[in-house]
Amino acid sequence: MTTGDTAVADTFPKLLLRNAVKFADRPAIREKDLGIWQSWSWSETLDEVRAFAIGLKKMGLKHGDSIAIIGDNRPRLYWTFAAAQSLGAVPVPVYQDAVADEMAYVLKHAAVKFVMAENQEQVDKILSVSGKVKSIKEIIFDDERGLKNYGQGHIRSFAAVQELGRSELKKNPKAGERWVAEIGNGKGSDTSVILYTSGTTGASKGVQLTGERCVAAASDTVAFDKLDENDVTLAYLPLAWVGDHYLNYAQGMVAGFCIACPESSETVQENLREIGPTFYFAPPSVFASLLTQIQIRMEDADRFMQWLYRTFIGVARRYGEDILNARPVPLTGRVLYALGEFLIYGPIKNRLGFSNIRVAYTAGEAIGPDLFQFYRSLGMNLKQLYGQTETFLYVTAQPDGEIHADTVGPPVPGVELRIDGNGEVLFKSPGMFTGYFKDKKRTAETITKDGFVKTGDAGLIDAKTGHLKIIDRAKDVGKINDGTLFAPKYIENKLKFFANIREAVAYGDGRDFCTVMLNIDLVAVGNWAERNNIVYGTYQELAAHAGVYKMIEENVDEVNASLANEPELAGSQIRRFLILHKELDADDGELTRTQKVRRSFISDRYGPLVKALYDGSESCKISTEVMFEDGRRGMIHGEVKIVTITPYPAEQRKEAAE
Amino acid sequence: MNAAPNKKANGKAETLLSVEAVSLSFGGVKAIRDVSFDIKKGEIRAIIGPNGAGKTSMLNVINGFYHPQEGTITYKGKTRNQMRPHVAASQGIARTFQNVALFKGMTTLDNIMSGRALRMKCNIFWQMLYYGPAKKEELEHREFVEKIIDFLEIQHIRRIPVGKLPYGLQKRVELGRALAMEPDLLLLDEPMAGMNLEEKEDMCRFVVDVSEQYGTTIALIEHDMGVVMDLADRVVVLDYGRKIADGTPKQVQNNQDVIDAYLGVSHD
Repeated sequence: MTTGDTAVADTFPKLLLRNAVKFADRPAIREKDLGIWQSWSWSETLDEVRAFAIGLKKMGLKHGDSIAIIGDNRPRLYWTFAAAQSLGAVPVPVYQDAVADEMAYVLKHAAVKFVMAENQEQVDKILSVSGKVKSIKEIIFDDERGLKNYGQGHIRSFAAVQELGRSELKKNPKAGERWVAEIGNGKGSDTSVILYTSGTTGASKGVQLTGERCVAAASDTVAFDKLDENDVTLAYLPLAWVGDHYLNYAQGMVAGFCIACPESSETVQENLREIGPTFYFAPPSVFASLLTQIQIRMEDADRFMQWLYRTFIGVARRYGEDILNARPVPLTGRVLYALGEFLIYGPIKNRLGFSNIRVAYTAGEAIGPDLFQFYRSLGMNLKQLYGQTETFLYVTAQPDGEIHADTVGPPVPGVELRIDGNGEVLFKSPGMFTGYFKDKKRTAETITKDGFVKTGDAGLIDAKTGHLKIIDRAKDVGKINDGTLFAPKYIENKLKFFANIREAVAYGDGRDFCTVMLNIDLVAVGNWAERNNIVYGTYQELAAHAGVYKMIEENVDEVNASLANEPELAGSQIRRFLILHKELDADDGELTRTQKVRRSFISDRYGPLVKALYDGSESCKISTEVMFEDGRRGMIHGEVKIVTITPYPAEQRKEAAE
Repeated sequence: MNAAPNKKANGKAETLLSVEAVSLSFGGVKAIRDVSFDIKKGEIRAIIGPNGAGKTSMLNVINGFYHPQEGTITYKGKTRNQMRPHVAASQGIARTFQNVALFKGMTTLDNIMSGRALRMKCNIFWQMLYYGPAKKEELEHREFVEKIIDFLEIQHIRRIPVGKLPYGLQKRVELGRALAMEPDLLLLDEPMAGMNLEEKEDMCRFVVDVSEQYGTTIALIEHDMGVVMDLADRVVVLDYGRKIADGTPKQVQNNQDVIDAYLGVSHD
């Protein structure tokens, strides 16, 4: 990829025209259909897109109109992006699992004129809200099943629209040339796509991205990770999420690589194995559940296999990362690792579909260091990145060889990064958005006068590596009375990386020191209890056990040691902790449905415990009302022990920092 | 249901199957007494009734598993009073069972492929040779089966032995096997029994889609009244082996005899 190519091609349709010549017979997109992988080359893709685009034009889609795209990752849906963009229309992908009302909000806000829906389910949703969204003129669907009797003029199939385009091309040979000319006249500064944020913080916002910025950002990262037309990815991330649009659509267009669409959302794991992608992205939770699967299967294996697994995973832990980072490793280490690759690592990676991976990314949540190291030690180049919709994904990414579990890497080339006085991360990037659609107020709140974008995340630059560390949402970050930064989620995540700790709630904002309330993990600690002949009846009994407290105290101490290493956060070491007498539960309102702790609710509900954490008492009596699964209510009474821990002193902190 | 309502149950449609004055008894037990009704081409016909009303017996009579002592059955214009199940199958009657009857050790794919067995023409010689006509035939059948797998959204369990699958999915595989026979008349014995709400909704959609897309005539037994009211074009109600009502779901719903049968009025 030279920059020369993209200097001309500043929109995706222009890139498509280029790819159809440059990579003509190479595969552009694959889909598993009827049990067989079907593929379309770049030149075939161009044909499909051309026919569809001219059909759309015939139906009245114009420059500036918006077209919603709703469904799973399907070639025809990806083509809709390119076809709409070629006409200067704006694609608006919508989360396919959104309920009708949520969908209506986006469709209405974006004043959608056309809808491209994957199947009957989505068409039905659109029809149910079409009374509310008057702007919708035409609905097009991909999968015809169950839609036979829907033919009411304004609902038609993708194939029918393409037929319209093809007959126009036959009747009027100039139509194709005019279409290419129209692409040539397309401006990179026009909005290329509007991506709606998922709306965890208030109503969702339409992030407008322009073609030239998208292409510029994708070109940078394609060069950064040396992606080219020989790469393959599995397109399984939601179409409406910036990650998919960036990683698959944009990078695929720029680098000319092939994106493979899984057969259905349930077959992703199987399809991954068949395709063997070279470039892969997954959130930490996916990696965690894959690791659990491996571990469970290993427990069922015979003793010899278990021994083999343990031995060689040990070898991988010792040498794997150094080998991956091209650091010096003794010869015995290399030989053992090569043997391990043959016996254990290779088969595991094959099983997971990771055999061919050159570059893999994870992002979205903090990833546990053990988990991160596990995959890296197997020789998989797993890295972290940080970004958001507003920046067209990347702000920072870890370059090969500079990998740390607790950082998200330095800014990618072309990105300027700045940390605000209150710890908030600000950036300026080639791919950044031009504003929220129809929302000047919030655009002004997010983009500063000098052109930086506020991320809403608090972070700091790691002194040793120069990488960015994301610690929490900026609005959750507070200060301890001595002025130290207090990032509750950062501390909680560090605690939760221990298998014994299920949940943690940290307090410290506006107080003299930091304290935490913990939930033990009943599976992990229960397992430990079984091995040590500790008898217990309930969660409450186990949680109050002296041995458990001792074990957890060691974990908390380790967290303190690691906090002491970070000058900005050393003051927020945990001074006192307790183990809650009941598990935090979404049914009791203590967690959100997505299993995030509701800190303020918990501090109200357990007021006496929070008070006890700070008044120096050694234990505290508490009664809590709980909701059982059948809806009945009951009370749990208990006495909770509070442990005081000595933090690491300032001198040692300095030593450790150096 | 979101799909457009079926408008096939009009008087003009041709009769695919008619049951006339059928009686069936096992020793002294009269399972079916003098029941007559018909099934028209393309419709979804429900057979309902309380436990032990003779619904499954009726299906067994239709597909030739039981032989009624009295009465006749006319299928595709041919009247008979005895038929073997394999003859029924070759004439286009396929069914699913109340308690799933699949080959538990075989994969989903193989189970559905087995539904194509009657349509395979190559003899054992060609099949053993594999290359040549047998391979071509196998590929054609596989394509048909893959379309069913796609239709029923069971791609993810294609290679899994059905014994390992949850009940709701097994039912779906069984429907797939029945569809593989390209039946003219599909008999479904409680297709939604033991399913949760979501599985039921899925199954309803599949039944409607089968009817719309393949134009298959469907006779189904079902206990869930909501399902019957949504799906069926016409309903026949049995109670103690007798037909007590026959008509559109609405007519049947308001029929006093039906209400009595379901709510339990003493029978003297």
